[in-house]
Amino acid sequence: MEVVAINQISPDQVILFQWGWIVINATLVYTWAVMGLLVAGSLLITRGLSRGRTIPRWQNLLEVILSGVRSEIREIVKEGADSYLPFIGTLFLFILTSNLLTFIPGYVAPTSALSTTSALAVAVFFAVPIFGVSKLGIIEYLKEYFRPNIIFFPFHVMGEFSRTLALAVRLFGNLMSHEKVIAILLAVTPLFFPIVMQALGLLIGLIQAYIFAILAMVYIASASQAHEETEHKKKTQDQTIQKGG
Amino acid sequence: MDSFSMVAIASIITAGLCMAIGSIGPALGQGRAVHSALSSIAQQPDERNSLTRTLFVGLAMIESIAIYCFVISMILVFANPFWTYFIKKAGG
Repeated sequence: MEVVAINQISPDQVILFQWGWIVINATLVYTWAVMGLLVAGSLLITRGLSRGRTIPRWQNLLEVILSGVRSEIREIVKEGADSYLPFIGTLFLFILTSNLLTFIPGYVAPTSALSTTSALAVAVFFAVPIFGVSKLGIIEYLKEYFRPNIIFFPFHVMGEFSRTLALAVRLFGNLMSHEKVIAILLAVTPLFFPIVMQALGLLIGLIQAYIFAILAMVYIASASQAHEETEHKKKTQDQTIQKGG
Repeated sequence: MDSFSMVAIASIITAGLCMAIGSIGPALGQGRAVHSALSSIAQQPDERNSLTRTLFVGLAMIESIAIYCFVISMILVFANPFWTYFIKKAGG
């Protein structure tokens, strides 16, 4: 049984329960299911942590994920990677879990609804100035908008909005198109090809989660570290000039 | 011809054209990306892991351009705002 009919492009349109102005659609239900799964899983795993020579198998899983995310962040920012870890790691884990659970029949990824992906992209949109101001201070952060000179101010502002839109539509489009392809294939050639496409969908879901997290990290890093690098470059240039003179 | 069929014809033709033209660019781009990634792997097989990872990320980012076109065609076919506007106008 298909939860989302073939002529509905998002699980937002599947209304499970309506009482007055309260509408519960499939996106809400599956988002809360993913959130509940993540929270319950983390609570259960972190209950029995050990520091001994042998660690529980699930703790090993969490440590692998955590160190993987941390090393990816370290490749983008040189220092202070741990301050970005909670936000980026949460984005990555949520998108990854909601994408990978699509192999369960009857489950629809909440990330295949534009509302969920817009919410995630808006979170990134607000995280950029928050991290930028906390790292650089508000004056230095605002100066970034007028670099290299004042003509670039409207382009910086436009870029902020367009990349937020691109972030939301990229994730939504990939997941939604994948579901539509599977639905069409099920109608045309049942049994074998949909399974192959499902397997491909796991790869797509993983790559999209990775890309979303990496892009969010790159945006945040460019707002909070760009100036330091130019400062550093200037210093080294000065040093070379002094050495040369 | 009434406005219903005009909207339907315009939407369907535009959806097909959007997909057709919009996938040319990303197809060429992906071909170039895979080409240069393959020749880099042939030159430096040791760097295969990082090359493949970067290739996948790049491919997904190029692909997202085609995905935008796909989203627009899906909206034109399944969730057309002009179509629903005319339906409402005819109904009310």
